[in-house]
Amino acid sequence: MSAAASSPPGEPLLRVEELRVEFPSEDGLVHAVDGITYQVHSGRTLGIVGESGSGKTVSSLTTLGLTRRQGARISGRILFEGQDLVTLPEEQLRAIRGNDVAMIFQDPLSSLHPLYKVGKQLIEAVRAHRDVSKAQARARAVELLGLVGIPDPARRVDEYPHEFSGGMRQRVMIAMALANEPKLLIADEPTTALDVTVQAQILALMERLQRELGMAIVIITHDLGVVAEMADDIAVMYAGRIVETASAARMFAAPEHPYTWGLLRSIPRLNGPREEDLVPIPGTPPSLISRPSGCHFHPRCPYAQPDHARIDPPLEPVPDEPSHHVACLLEPDVRRNLWVQLRAGSTPEQALAEVEPPVAPA
Amino acid sequence: MIRYIIRRLLWGVALLVIVAALTFVLFRILPTGNPALLRAGRDPQPKLVKEIEGILGLNKPLLVQFWDYLKEVFFHFNFGYSYYSQESVKSLIAERLPATLSLTVGAAVLWIVSGLTVGVLSALRRHSFADRVAMGISLVLISAPEFWLGLIFLYLFASDIGVVKIFPGSGSYVGITSDPWKWFTSLIMPWVVLAAGSAAIYARLMRGSLSEAMREDYIRTARAKGLPEKDVVRQGVRAAINPIFTLFGLEVGLLLGGAVLVETVFNIPGIGELNYKAIQSSDFPVTQGTVLLAAMFIILANIVVDIAYAYLDPRVRYS
Repeated sequence: MSAAASSPPGEPLLRVEELRVEFPSEDGLVHAVDGITYQVHSGRTLGIVGESGSGKTVSSLTTLGLTRRQGARISGRILFEGQDLVTLPEEQLRAIRGNDVAMIFQDPLSSLHPLYKVGKQLIEAVRAHRDVSKAQARARAVELLGLVGIPDPARRVDEYPHEFSGGMRQRVMIAMALANEPKLLIADEPTTALDVTVQAQILALMERLQRELGMAIVIITHDLGVVAEMADDIAVMYAGRIVETASAARMFAAPEHPYTWGLLRSIPRLNGPREEDLVPIPGTPPSLISRPSGCHFHPRCPYAQPDHARIDPPLEPVPDEPSHHVACLLEPDVRRNLWVQLRAGSTPEQALAEVEPPVAPA
Repeated sequence: MIRYIIRRLLWGVALLVIVAALTFVLFRILPTGNPALLRAGRDPQPKLVKEIEGILGLNKPLLVQFWDYLKEVFFHFNFGYSYYSQESVKSLIAERLPATLSLTVGAAVLWIVSGLTVGVLSALRRHSFADRVAMGISLVLISAPEFWLGLIFLYLFASDIGVVKIFPGSGSYVGITSDPWKWFTSLIMPWVVLAAGSAAIYARLMRGSLSEAMREDYIRTARAKGLPEKDVVRQGVRAAINPIFTLFGLEVGLLLGGAVLVETVFNIPGIGELNYKAIQSSDFPVTQGTVLLAAMFIILANIVVDIAYAYLDPRVRYS
């Protein structure tokens, strides 16, 4: 994609290490994020994929320090340009928020203040970090609206959010995030609330702006189509953990985790056989208060063996693929055989029967 | 917008006619309601009563009486004359209005400032010790009847009968034009007593409204932008204030029609006190006049609130 993507990455812009976020609640401790590690380089895009409740949003909000006042217990490190954002005092963190690290959210209507003109909201974003006059900030606001492709920005800067369409609102959110040319943009489900055609426009806009500004993007989504479009690297999250991480190309060509297989097989493909059924992942995401023992995915995994309810798999490199990590207890060749079967159109049961001898119940 | 305002005003007039009709009928069918009988002395001669009825126009059919009244009110702005003092109701009301206005405006400023301040602070420090104390006190103030609170204040602080003689007591009210300082000191206790209950209600409302607003997505956006926390709170307050404004407008409208209890306890010659005395002595024209005035204030307050809402919330549009 960009020049930075093909060059060998140096020091990452953002490095999250063993991040753990827990919320005390009346029903018990919510393990929202359970020791995740990832990194993003300037100019690159990381896609974090998972179902709702997998901890992907909480981990990003924590990057900006936005879970602190909710009483979250946070441990681990979030290194941004060498500074640990977990321990940074609030006032210094505020100087980074919206300046070096910006975030856009899922629902642009509720994320914009309904009673303020978009111009005012943009001016605020500029003036929070730059000592400029109102007139200068306003000029910048108009410029930003033009940059994100809003027609007639000089007029629309004086309109209220409810006077914009959904796609245009998300453009306003993006303009606001870009107000101070951040080095890192975190986009939390930026297209989920939008029409499909508008989704494509917003993604294209983000890619263009990334090329122009050279920023890193972390895009959080449940939609594999979005990460296929945008991401250089992908991390798949399940129950507060990263269960698989690889380059985007590798993730789509040779996924290793049964949960990733499930995600891939539950999206429709235009070039697939017409009679091919979509395969949903059975069951529901686990409660983050009382998570399943062993491998957290085992209750929903068609290939789970009895001892998988006991052993908690670590995230380990795949043999011969040091940049591809997976947390799965199945043997590597079993996983590969299963995926070959699944890709050929077998159901999980058929695939399992095919590969049965090596994975006979313990 | 102009068309909307005109339509609302016309409806307001229609409502006033209905209010006038209701009070007119109500006071004339009351058993003690014959003012001629009341004025004819201790052992009234039927002939004298008839005569007085003739003078007051009470022998005409009710409908004709009502029509005469409406004509005077709406075309000549004349509310009739008191049965007792013969003074015009208009001048009686004009005499009393400044006192009610002073009482209401002062109390309104007091309760909105104190209520909102406490509400905001409580919302930002929910479940803290200070929040619990403030909400506890507010519950007491909401539950305390005004007349009781008024008597307690008089007993504690009045310069004549009080335990600690600080503020001028009951009946010390003077007009602002005759002596501004005395006007101010005499109203301190009435203001506090009238404002107490409302301040408590506003504090609780603001607390709820603001804590809800602070959980909204746009507050998260404001924080993500890196705004200082005081600006983040200001955005929350801006969103939380609208429902409170509605209540405020209506309550002020209601009080302008006379704060009967507080005016009576502190013996302030306002509209409420005038009305109270008029009802006691079956002085129909005065009662009718004060009731119409109160209705007018409430209707106007409603219209003002609705129009102001279009400016407070750009999503609201009238057609």
